[in-house]
Amino acid sequence: MTYEVIIGIETHVELRTRSKMFCRCTVDFGADPNTNVCPTCLGLPGALPVPNEQAIEWTIALGLALGSAVATRSVFHRKNYFYADLPKNYQISQYDVPLCAGGHLDVEVDGVTSRVGITRVHLEEDTGKSTHIGGDGRIHGASGVRLDFNRSGIPLMEVVTEPDIRSPEVARAYAQELQTIVIALGVSDARLEEGSMRFDANVSLRPAGATELGTKVEVKNMNSLRSLQRALAFEIDRQTRMLDAGERIAQETRHWDEANGRTDPGRSKEESSDYRYFQEPDLLPLEIDEATLARLGASLPELPAARRLRYVDAGVDPAAARTIVSGNLDRLLDDAIDAGVDARSSANWLAGEVTAHLNREGMDAGDLGLDGAGLAELVTMVTEGALSATAAKDVLAGVFAGEGTPRQVAASRDLMQVSDEGALRDMVEAAMAANPDESQRLRDGEERLLGFFVGQVLAASGGKADPGRVASLVRDIASQ
Amino acid sequence: MPVEIDIARVARLARIALTDDELAHYGEQLVGILEHASTVQSLPTEGVEPTAHPLGIVNGLRHDEPGPMLDRDEVFAAAPATDGPYFTVPPFLDE
Amino acid sequence: MSDAADLTIAEAGGRLRDGSLTAADLLDAVRRRASMTEAIIHGYLTIDHDGAAASAAEADAAFARGEDRGRLQGIPIALKDNMVTRGIETTASSRILAGWIPPYDATVVSRLRAAGAILYGKTNLDEFAMGSSTENSAYGPTRNPWDADRVPGGSSGGSAAVVAAGSAYAALGSDTGGSIRQPASLCGVVGMKPTYGLVSRYGLIAFASSLDQIGPIARTVDDAVTVFETIAGHDPYDATSYPGALPDVRTGLTEGVSGLRIGVLSELVSEGVEPAVAAAFQATLDRLAKAGAEISEVSLPTTKHALSAYYLLAPAECSANLARFDGVRYGPRLDGASVEQMMATTRRDGFGPEVTRRILLGTYALSAGYYDAFYGQAQKVRTLVVQEFRQAYQQVDVLVTPTSPTTAFALGARAADPLAMYLSDVCTIPSNLSGDPAISVPVGLDEDGLPIGFQVLGPALGDAMVFRVARAIEELSGFDSRAALASSEGAV
Repeated sequence: MTYEVIIGIETHVELRTRSKMFCRCTVDFGADPNTNVCPTCLGLPGALPVPNEQAIEWTIALGLALGSAVATRSVFHRKNYFYADLPKNYQISQYDVPLCAGGHLDVEVDGVTSRVGITRVHLEEDTGKSTHIGGDGRIHGASGVRLDFNRSGIPLMEVVTEPDIRSPEVARAYAQELQTIVIALGVSDARLEEGSMRFDANVSLRPAGATELGTKVEVKNMNSLRSLQRALAFEIDRQTRMLDAGERIAQETRHWDEANGRTDPGRSKEESSDYRYFQEPDLLPLEIDEATLARLGASLPELPAARRLRYVDAGVDPAAARTIVSGNLDRLLDDAIDAGVDARSSANWLAGEVTAHLNREGMDAGDLGLDGAGLAELVTMVTEGALSATAAKDVLAGVFAGEGTPRQVAASRDLMQVSDEGALRDMVEAAMAANPDESQRLRDGEERLLGFFVGQVLAASGGKADPGRVASLVRDIASQ
Repeated sequence: MPVEIDIARVARLARIALTDDELAHYGEQLVGILEHASTVQSLPTEGVEPTAHPLGIVNGLRHDEPGPMLDRDEVFAAAPATDGPYFTVPPFLDE
Repeated sequence: MSDAADLTIAEAGGRLRDGSLTAADLLDAVRRRASMTEAIIHGYLTIDHDGAAASAAEADAAFARGEDRGRLQGIPIALKDNMVTRGIETTASSRILAGWIPPYDATVVSRLRAAGAILYGKTNLDEFAMGSSTENSAYGPTRNPWDADRVPGGSSGGSAAVVAAGSAYAALGSDTGGSIRQPASLCGVVGMKPTYGLVSRYGLIAFASSLDQIGPIARTVDDAVTVFETIAGHDPYDATSYPGALPDVRTGLTEGVSGLRIGVLSELVSEGVEPAVAAAFQATLDRLAKAGAEISEVSLPTTKHALSAYYLLAPAECSANLARFDGVRYGPRLDGASVEQMMATTRRDGFGPEVTRRILLGTYALSAGYYDAFYGQAQKVRTLVVQEFRQAYQQVDVLVTPTSPTTAFALGARAADPLAMYLSDVCTIPSNLSGDPAISVPVGLDEDGLPIGFQVLGPALGDAMVFRVARAIEELSGFDSRAALASSEGAV
């Protein structure tokens, strides 16, 4: 039996505002626990929330970037439930009048474009952090819980997709594209390992051709793009087997276990939550005027899709463009292009060697020891023949190791090719003079002796002659 | 209009542990109050918007500027249970 | 009056400035009065002796330096114990906050401090401001200074009682359904609820966020104006606080009522009103007419439903506002095997019956399947009330009613029947729903010597008008509440 896969993704994005969503506490990851707190984010009696203008504008900006309709009037609601890391035992969130509604994101996987509809983008506050002591740090079997409210009240954007995603690959591509957009907008660091971007997915299966949706299973705790893809693949497989065996899928929340590569059932709830949403009486309705929308729309930066297009138009290979944009190497490429070097070659270096290095070292683009000027220098040296492609890779390694600029590294590691016309010519003439028979045979038309002379010159130069240049010089001199 | 209340469920939602007797007692009282209050249901409210703020003001936002925060020692002095820099609570349980 | 505790703030201010009294003298007078009355009336939960003494010394030093921060400098004031005071225990009269020492001050508290006022103590209230008699306090009831077997009203019963008794020159109360005005009426003092949004709620332990307002309780309208001026005004820590210009409530205060149009709110002047209250109400109307006011009758049919709407809205908001009391970050904790158990037991033990009742009611009114019929509908009824009042104020300048249909009732008389208790608020609740300003002024006594209050309601931001009419009534009625209490037989 073939099944159609229906996936929807909910993404939470922590905003990198300077202060929290409803209070003026500092937003600062890694601070000493319970030091970035105040009456409001601790839920002390008498405290009140006051909304952060920047968080609202950034949420609107994301909506605009996704093609959403921005509400002219939006309100906050209280979402009521008891949880120890939720200080007021309600979360200030949005319910039926979110800031942004509708929109879409187009993602490409293996040349096929899928459109993922966006249901809504809304704004809410984050909760505190709970750490379970005892057991193995997981919820079950703990002997107590430690609470840190530094995170409580940090602005959180929630992006919900329509159930338009049909495969784990598209899910991953969507997640990656959303991450790239969010970073491009400058509203979040969007680091999955740190939790500043978090995904929950809903997965259901239905027999191909059926119209009714299958039972939805929620999957949580996917802390990387790879986890997201793996978890969804596992879940699809699990549900497929069950359906094939005639078993019923339970509607539940499951947690992804990265170490063991499986989803496990979460806490069972004796009854579904009744959040008793009502409009937040401590806050005023938001009215967003045309002027604000126009200002925010005009100040949107170049978005990833547009950027990829621009690179491709400049001659960059599409796959390389994709890698560069999603890997945050665009600044480097733009700087190199500004410095006058060829876009395509620069892009190939970035998408190839540089990205490989980042992946090997588990680094971010921001931590690279290479800047646009350096890249431009490297590409220029290769184009001019001062470096062979192989030598250039070594130079790059040296730059990453902090040995200096490409020129400095090439010099200190003695990787420069001889490309001086005169010096090469001398070496070719010397080689030809030293091998009169072969020279004559070459002149008479034995083409394959070209390689022999290139080899001679390379040996004589200690491998530093540019073979391409040598070959053309040999041909040139032989034809005289 | 008779009102039926699953008072045990309401008490669970409100996280207040009540005995069966108490539940019955409050349940009865609630029914009485609600029957009185439910007269609002008969009022014509078609097309009437709920009141958000009596003065009709909107937004009330603030600039994204950090401000003064609390001293942890002062906060912890009033806390029921702490462990080093953390508040502590008993474990979360499976229901 | 020879006892400084019986001075008005205006009089005390004059004596401070002419040098015949010091702030320390005023504090001393209040302390002596408290020592004579507290054992019976129990208006205070906490008295900050050291803090008050230090503030008095500081006020006197400031005067000596020629520094005058205004009318409240050196004046001992009481605060209802649902207003957060840094370093001073704040309980909202609940066990769930027993022993809680807040790490911050409410905005109104900061403003009083900045004005040089002496914060003498925290007064008793119905637990979490839910009640009309102060019998719902977890720390014992407050008794009416006019008759110790009777309630002072509620929920700001402690504040009203200490001002009446003279153990504070003025007090702050909070009003959600009448909790400033009704106790002021039952204790023979002035109590005013400002337009919603004029006084910051930051630091007021919330009961119903869209209805709560802090306001002054004082012996005279002038004193109430003084307190209002000090605490009112936009606060960036309260998003619902009004950002526009603060009404000037002092300039036209003594302009009188000649030419003003006064509407008697017909739905609230007949049902259940005691004869003495009705008589005093009518007598006041006659005086107003004689002074040149135009009296008419205004019918506002939706006010009949205001009580029902209120008893759906207020509990709903309170059920969410009180969710934070869970034993996790502050207050006493009853341990449990799980955090869920700990919370449920802590809350069960910490909340009294009235609070529990309202939390359950509110939780129900908000729950799935019932939201539209109850809470949703009540919010719309609220709009109808607002609209009706707005229309009425096109015909009249103010509306008037008795503040409470009865005078002070006996302790325990209504405790058994929650609905009966709720009915005490029928005259005051409408202006909480509308958000409009309202004030209660004492106008006389009934045959048992118990005070009767007259209520003036004004349009949104019409706080100046409300004070002005109240000031005129105070003068016209010629009723000296303090003198009456001093000579009253049942008094404490």
